[in-house]
Amino acid sequence: MATIDSHSSESETHDEHGHDHDHPAWLAHHFDTPEQQFDSGKLGIWLFLTTEILFFSGMFCAYAMFRMLRPEVFEGCSQFLNTKLGAINTGVLLFSSLTMAWAVRCAQTEEYKKLVVMIASTLSCAMVFLGVKSIEYSHKWGMGLLPPGSYFYDEANPHPTAQQIVDQHGFSESTAYFLTHSLYYLCAPFALLLIGVFAWLVWAKVTDNKFQYACAKPLLVVCLSFFGGVGLGMVLESGGGEHTVAHVDGDHGAADAGHGHADHEHAEDAHAAETHAAAPALDVESDDVAMELLAESDLNTGAKAMLEAKQAQTAMASGQVVPPGVEADMGIATVEKDVQTKRQAGVFFGIYYCMTGVHAIHILAGIGVLVWLLIRAIRHDFNRQYFGPVDYVGLYWHLVDLIWIYLFPLLYLIR
Amino acid sequence: MSTAITSRDPGYPTDRENYLTNSSGILSWIFTLDHKRIGLMYLVGVMTAFAVGGLLALAIRLHLLDPEGWMFTGAEANNIYNQVFTLHGAIMVFLFIIPSIPAALGNFLVPVMLGAKDVAFPRLNLSSFYLWCFGAIFFVSALFSSGLDTGWTFYTPYSTTTDTSVILATLGAFILGFSSIFTGLNFIVTINTMRPPGMTWFKMPLFLWATYATSIIQVLATPVLGITLLLLIAERTMHVGIFDPEFNGDPVTYQHFFWFYSHPAVYIMILPAFGIISELISVHSHKHIFGYRFIAYSSIAIALLGFLVWGHHMFTSGMSSLTTIIFSALTFTVSVPSAIKVFNWLATMYKGSISLTTPMCYAISFIFLFTIGGLTGLFLGTLATDLHLHDTYFVVAHFHYVMVGGTLIAFLGGVFHWWPKMVGKMYNEFHGRIASLLVFLGFNGTFLPQFVLGSRGMPRRYATYDPEFAFLHQMSTYGALLLGCGLLYAFIVLMASLAKGRRAPANPWGGATLEWACTSPPPYYNFERPPVVGDPYDFHNIEWDSQEEKYISTEPERKLVPEEQPAEVPAHH
Repeated sequence: MATIDSHSSESETHDEHGHDHDHPAWLAHHFDTPEQQFDSGKLGIWLFLTTEILFFSGMFCAYAMFRMLRPEVFEGCSQFLNTKLGAINTGVLLFSSLTMAWAVRCAQTEEYKKLVVMIASTLSCAMVFLGVKSIEYSHKWGMGLLPPGSYFYDEANPHPTAQQIVDQHGFSESTAYFLTHSLYYLCAPFALLLIGVFAWLVWAKVTDNKFQYACAKPLLVVCLSFFGGVGLGMVLESGGGEHTVAHVDGDHGAADAGHGHADHEHAEDAHAAETHAAAPALDVESDDVAMELLAESDLNTGAKAMLEAKQAQTAMASGQVVPPGVEADMGIATVEKDVQTKRQAGVFFGIYYCMTGVHAIHILAGIGVLVWLLIRAIRHDFNRQYFGPVDYVGLYWHLVDLIWIYLFPLLYLIR
Repeated sequence: MSTAITSRDPGYPTDRENYLTNSSGILSWIFTLDHKRIGLMYLVGVMTAFAVGGLLALAIRLHLLDPEGWMFTGAEANNIYNQVFTLHGAIMVFLFIIPSIPAALGNFLVPVMLGAKDVAFPRLNLSSFYLWCFGAIFFVSALFSSGLDTGWTFYTPYSTTTDTSVILATLGAFILGFSSIFTGLNFIVTINTMRPPGMTWFKMPLFLWATYATSIIQVLATPVLGITLLLLIAERTMHVGIFDPEFNGDPVTYQHFFWFYSHPAVYIMILPAFGIISELISVHSHKHIFGYRFIAYSSIAIALLGFLVWGHHMFTSGMSSLTTIIFSALTFTVSVPSAIKVFNWLATMYKGSISLTTPMCYAISFIFLFTIGGLTGLFLGTLATDLHLHDTYFVVAHFHYVMVGGTLIAFLGGVFHWWPKMVGKMYNEFHGRIASLLVFLGFNGTFLPQFVLGSRGMPRRYATYDPEFAFLHQMSTYGALLLGCGLLYAFIVLMASLAKGRRAPANPWGGATLEWACTSPPPYYNFERPPVVGDPYDFHNIEWDSQEEKYISTEPERKLVPEEQPAEVPAHH
């Protein structure tokens, strides 16, 4: 990048800083050269991306820990995720990375028309991604595949009606209605957006505002892409794949019963693994002897309670009647006789929603900055010396893409 | 010679140049992109937060005047006490100490010391100030809704079950985290890309090294706090089962995540203080800093080692004994770079010509108090003694010696040192010194008894206590009152200088770093052209002119080529 050109391109008077003479408009007053500005921005965005990676690393750590603690839960639950939809989304994001990188190149070579097309394609891919994602989400919400606090999946009736959710699972009516109709709620903001952009397009056409028309046209395509994604998701979800556990809707329930059974088996495995893990503590007699010794002291109420609980559990396990008032629960959830597999599955979905949800928020943020970039591209703001913003947004977009590339195998593929 | 000297003196700024007066009106402050004005706004903000946190601290101490509780009465007394110490901790940590030196003094000083016109991203800088404000609003709204009683650490499972406003407070901390990240990011980029010609890494003042190390921690550690708090909010609202044992989560995971940020955050608090002390000791001893490179590298070493020791907050949380031993050993390694700094400061003072100015009084207090704070840290890093001292007043006293005796004292020293540069007025030295003495005595009066209390078994965070501890607790409370008076005194000294202080010369202390080369207060553009960069601690050419009563540079002016004489550049070049 040569600085010589920059001086002639534009002259802007900065009343704020009298010492600026021949700074072009796009060169901030406190930078001496375009290189300095570009390097600062580049370093800044890389540092920001570092913070993003660390931000996600917390969730990856949580994933690793809980996977280590409860591998059977993760194995069983990832069956509920539709690999086809995940794969499609991966492909869409990879393609959007290509168009983004191409957009950076177009900004450098000042091919404005192509630049707008590339940014709009990236945006459309982002929208397709969100469309597919909302199918995945709404589908799971309807089945009750939710974080442990609200998990209510029932194999016997995977697609309950709103009334059933209220009656059987104790949700409020509005929540139940939301869960069964979540796709509409997810689509509503985008539909409003679509109508808004369409109105803007018409208005720009009527008032003959060329710039606004040029902005609204690609944005309309972008908004439509969301519904393209929704349609794609619907087709794939209902078509059913080899891994689609998905009791897509009532009609397909019978066909998918086999898969449902597989899930049940996994749940049983989980159950077995839990009791097995808890067993050694109960069996080792020397532990009990030590505990009895400890419990002899009146002061050691903890040991006493522990011992009583253990005895009660042994009694329950051998079918004896438990005297009333004796707590069989040692205060550790995993030792409970009736292992609540739903809650265990809930942990998987808790992590699933946290990771994919935060990722989706990053996609939304990316859409925001890409729209800003699109408008600036239409305004011909960038040139061979000043293409920093396109480059920085591109780097951010690649990172968001990369995170998905890790999420996809971790959540969907590894079984 | 004398003409050369006067021409080297930048003199006083005109109203049009002065960054405080070059534009007027409230909007010129609200939308300012000038790092100096943003720094000043931060200063007002953090001082307000400090006042609130300080009053809460006084309330805690007054309550502990009596074994049965003195300040709060009624059935809710213990509950109120819990809320007061929680808010004291949260406000002091998130709203005061973390942004105090980096955001307030750092914003003002980093570009000027560096010789740059501004930070690399002025808009980001302003937005991080407003993020700080939003975060503060969230905290205040937590205060006025149902309070907060989790302790500043928001430990699960209590924080997922209590019905106080955990969500508001954690959202506040989350937003403050972004403010902190953006400030750190801005400084790293500024120091990397905005250095003028001649400002090599090893010509940077040590305050910049310390700020750089701090910024690295801010950028690398804070996002982890962000996601931890976000998961905590998700846990409370949606029960995602990551931290809450009721839903099969693991509360110790929360502690690991939290301390992975919050231990490095301890170094976010103390490292910039080290930077200030390095400046203060050298300037007020009028002697070249001893072991420049060691101090610079030790800052970076502390920043990196700080990431490896978070487990020492959790020795009693049930980690394996091997893990605790490793964390304990790593903890001791941090003391090495810290000790390097203290020895270098002492060596700098040795045979220097020390002026006992107000900033120097604070700097010397810092060395005393930080050393005590650091050495008592070794008791807590040792496994055997930590099991006894864990969650006692010993811990409270230890981290107050580091946070208050270290960071707050250094912050005060820094404010007094750069006050003439920031506002262009000199304060009353006599009263400034008296205030610093009161702060020193009051501080020790408050926290020295707490070491004894803790080692005798007084647990922290208790609203009432056994009568046998009454004497030490009362001593601590009276010390806190004295400390409060000292701080108020110091504040009055500063405010009085605004009203009737003498006009500050460009270089009131005889410093050699670049901020003293521009006028007091600096012009809005800092430097008309990139300044001449020399050794930041070379005081040979700075002398006290007793006639004019100010420091002057006796260095012969350097010729600037080729910018000044473009005609002399050969045409065929």
